[in-house]
Amino acid sequence: MINENDNRNKIIGKIDWVTVLIYFALAIIGWFSIFSAKYNELHPSIFDFSMEYGKQLIWIGAAVFIGFVILLIDAKFFNAFSLWIYIAVLIALFAVLVYGKATNGATSWINFGPIKFQPSEFAKMATALALAGYLDRLGVDLKKRRDRLVSYALILIPMVLVLMQNDTGSAIVFVSFIFVLYREGMPGAGFLMLCGVTAVLFFILTLLWGQKTMFIILGVLFVLALAFFFLTRKRGFIPMIAVFVFMFGFVFSVDYAFNNVLQDHQRSRIEVLLGMKDDPKGDGYNVHQSKIAIGSGGLTGKGFLQGTQTKYDFVPEQHTDFIFCTIGEEGGFMGTAVVVLLYVALLVRLIVLAERQRSTFSRVYGYGIAGILFVHVAINIGMTIGLMPVIGIPLPFLSYGGSSMLAFTIMLAIFVKQDANRLNIL
Amino acid sequence: MRQNSNNLTTRKFLIIGVFVAVGVAFLAKLFWLQVIDKKYVAMADNNALRYVTQYPARGKVYDRNGQLLVFNEAVYDLMVVPRQACKVDTLHPFDTVEFCRLLKISKESYIERMKKARKESYMKPTPFVTQVSKEDYAHVAEVLYRYPGFYFQTRTVRHYPQAIAAHTLGDIGEVSPNELEKDDYYKQGDYIGKSGIERSYEKELRGKKGLKVVMVDVHNREMGSFMDGELDRDPVAGKDIYLGLDAELQAYGELLMVGKIGSIVAIEPKTGQILAFVSSPTYDPNLLVGRERGAHYKELQQDPMKPLINRAISGTYPPGSTFKSVIGMIAMQSGSITPQTVFHCNGPGSLPIKCTHHHGSSPDFANAIMNSCNPYFYESFKATINNPKFGGVKKGYEYWKDMTYKLGLGHTFGTDIPYERPGNIPSREYYDKMYKDQWNAVTIRSLGIGQGEVLVTPLQLANIAALIANEGYYYPPHLIKCFGDSTAIPEVMTTKVNSGIEQRHVKVMKDGLRTVFSGPAGTARRYEMKDIPQCGKTGTAQNPHGNYHSNFIAFAPADNPKIALAVIIENGGYGATWAAPIASLMIEKYIRGYSVREDLEKRMMEGRITYKNER
Repeated sequence: MINENDNRNKIIGKIDWVTVLIYFALAIIGWFSIFSAKYNELHPSIFDFSMEYGKQLIWIGAAVFIGFVILLIDAKFFNAFSLWIYIAVLIALFAVLVYGKATNGATSWINFGPIKFQPSEFAKMATALALAGYLDRLGVDLKKRRDRLVSYALILIPMVLVLMQNDTGSAIVFVSFIFVLYREGMPGAGFLMLCGVTAVLFFILTLLWGQKTMFIILGVLFVLALAFFFLTRKRGFIPMIAVFVFMFGFVFSVDYAFNNVLQDHQRSRIEVLLGMKDDPKGDGYNVHQSKIAIGSGGLTGKGFLQGTQTKYDFVPEQHTDFIFCTIGEEGGFMGTAVVVLLYVALLVRLIVLAERQRSTFSRVYGYGIAGILFVHVAINIGMTIGLMPVIGIPLPFLSYGGSSMLAFTIMLAIFVKQDANRLNIL
Repeated sequence: MRQNSNNLTTRKFLIIGVFVAVGVAFLAKLFWLQVIDKKYVAMADNNALRYVTQYPARGKVYDRNGQLLVFNEAVYDLMVVPRQACKVDTLHPFDTVEFCRLLKISKESYIERMKKARKESYMKPTPFVTQVSKEDYAHVAEVLYRYPGFYFQTRTVRHYPQAIAAHTLGDIGEVSPNELEKDDYYKQGDYIGKSGIERSYEKELRGKKGLKVVMVDVHNREMGSFMDGELDRDPVAGKDIYLGLDAELQAYGELLMVGKIGSIVAIEPKTGQILAFVSSPTYDPNLLVGRERGAHYKELQQDPMKPLINRAISGTYPPGSTFKSVIGMIAMQSGSITPQTVFHCNGPGSLPIKCTHHHGSSPDFANAIMNSCNPYFYESFKATINNPKFGGVKKGYEYWKDMTYKLGLGHTFGTDIPYERPGNIPSREYYDKMYKDQWNAVTIRSLGIGQGEVLVTPLQLANIAALIANEGYYYPPHLIKCFGDSTAIPEVMTTKVNSGIEQRHVKVMKDGLRTVFSGPAGTARRYEMKDIPQCGKTGTAQNPHGNYHSNFIAFAPADNPKIALAVIIENGGYGATWAAPIASLMIEKYIRGYSVREDLEKRMMEGRITYKNER
């Protein structure tokens, strides 16, 4: 039996270096990109702590330190305290709703003296922990209705609280937990995913082609389906009818939802994305400039600190949500490809690691954070290249910002610790 | 169960598949955006923004009568954005040789300048050739479309139509790195007031820069304003300034000082406004304008006569006998002497200080001032600091020193004259240290006749004359009269300062100074004018640099003083030889408008005392 002390000493040898190296590579690329995006001739040192790039270095340093501390904490701690961490974050989310400060339209900041802190960044991780902790309990099975409902509640409560802060972007990230539920064998999870994809597709098509066209298409499909059933006499006629009724209803409600449920800026962002609106100086400005910045990078880029779109402030939020532009402009396709490949490698690696875990807790948590990171990366990069609507969420490890840097690092460190400890679990 | 678990494990492939698929989709889209589709490169170039600074007209400067002293002339700075300039344009091949020829620079200079600009900033416009003349501008502007990355920016330089008062008006020059650091209003290549009123009223004179943001394409064509001019700001012109200076008097003073080293400071006693501020030798302020500024500046800097120094404020001189006015007033104010007090004078045999004038052996106050009797004022000084009411010589000295401070000595006035020097009135601690606490009136006797450690600036000396003219108060001397938009001038300049000497004592001094001109033995009696009653005091100051400095303070007319002044002629010998007649001529010029004493005027103007005597 390995004793706990030996275990601590050997932690360095047991951690997954692939994950850690990708993490450092991304953090350093981010730091240099922030330097380039916010470069100020009066403060030419990347270590100038009065500038964003200097501050980011401090955040990276703090994050790495906390990550290291997490590696020294007993691995069982996070399972044991997952519920309490979750509750603490829920309280913080409540506090933000009551005391929070608005930044860019979203009320998601809370002030601890000089430090501004964004609980929604930590809510994702806490939810992953809580879900992992819950599914790890003896007897909990997603096949049971009650356990499924508890799982839904664990995900939806923080999601709704974040949504109430008007932080739609962060709320959408909670959708990523569908991956976990799917992997853990929840009945209907695959169907749910399929429905989701279909719904998004129908939503887009309805907006593009209009209700009438969609009704005609659905009508033709319905007739074909009826013919199919009459000819083959297979079972499942009733569910088929139900699906079509639902689809007709959905298409019918898209226009209403689009015009009445969504907020103005959300609506126009979607219109811009779908090319329904060409407004490069207004609502389409960000994406248009972002695409110019990335597109003008060419194969090899303009070189470090040589980006013009960056320097002239064409792209707003260049160092936070649009940091990928700087990479695209100055690093070219080589730069963007490296970053995309690093993310894909990290995500795949996390899944591989999650699969080799012996405990449900570690596996669920691993899938949880892989999903969170995936949604972040997909939405953020997607928005900068015009594949997604503009949704303000940071690019993990790259975007400027203390809360997100700390939250993503802690999130990853906890999993690296679980993984290093996996052989100690019987 | 096992079967089930295996089933679930395969689900990872779907998830990994989603991740990889999204990654591949992104890479494909990125490859399309960045490598295949060239339109974004063109768009980025169209996007190049040019921030053109709109320089406001710097405020003009007038004299007290509205005569123009400083105005602006347009010049053109050729700016370059290195990144855009480096672009190879096949439509218009960049003809560097032609470009250099038009700009009248060598090819080496072109390379050097480009290197410098690139070092400064690759992205932002930097001055390439500054202050291009109107003629060259016309030639270059015509063909500039062939040279991407270059454009002209209009700017103004100062011009001085009268070429007087160089030290007072000061100059402007490019901001130093230090100044850039301190005030983020300035950008590299901007101009800032470096000295004189250009410096003290920089904020008022400079106005507010405007900005025009225009989009330009790779061919250096302006594609119109950015965001419909939403970011543009119009420049705000600087304030005009009216100085207290009288341009004619100033020019006259400069003429009188030709060939002499020293200074004239004339003040209007009722306001503290400076009427004339002469430092000699002087220079033409137009020399420090334009592309030759650097060369001229260097030349002036290396001139052994040091014309760049403003002697009116940074020359510190021993006041000599002009200081007797100060000694006398403080002695009376402290009650140590009365106008009737008589001290014995043994002429050249007096101890510890000999007398340099011939007069009755036991003068009263009026006689002593008229004759500039050294022993009398040494005794007055001694009587002051030894006055029993202070309880000891050191306490007495502290009182005396405090009084000189109130009279405007030993410190700067802090109005609108940059680089003012405080002069020197030694502290008690200074003497304690120097004489190891063993000192008394005899030890520091030179102070009684304005020699020794005491040092004053011509400005301080002129202020003494002004406060006697005002019978006891003064306004801190300053250059400005008012702003063109009649905003208030800083309060410090309009605040009356009490000298601490009661009017009755100052009146006695004033009467005494009148006899210097009017008295039968007055040291300046030769320069008395019947119609303009003048008051004054000569000074002949020993100094370590050669012959005596010729000093004089004066004001006139005695009953209603309109001008008070101090004149110092370095190594000019007796106060009555040069300083007194020059002061008298200045008074006449200011009050009468011209001089009736043409011979004296001619002699003074033609006099040359620029040699340094060995004593």
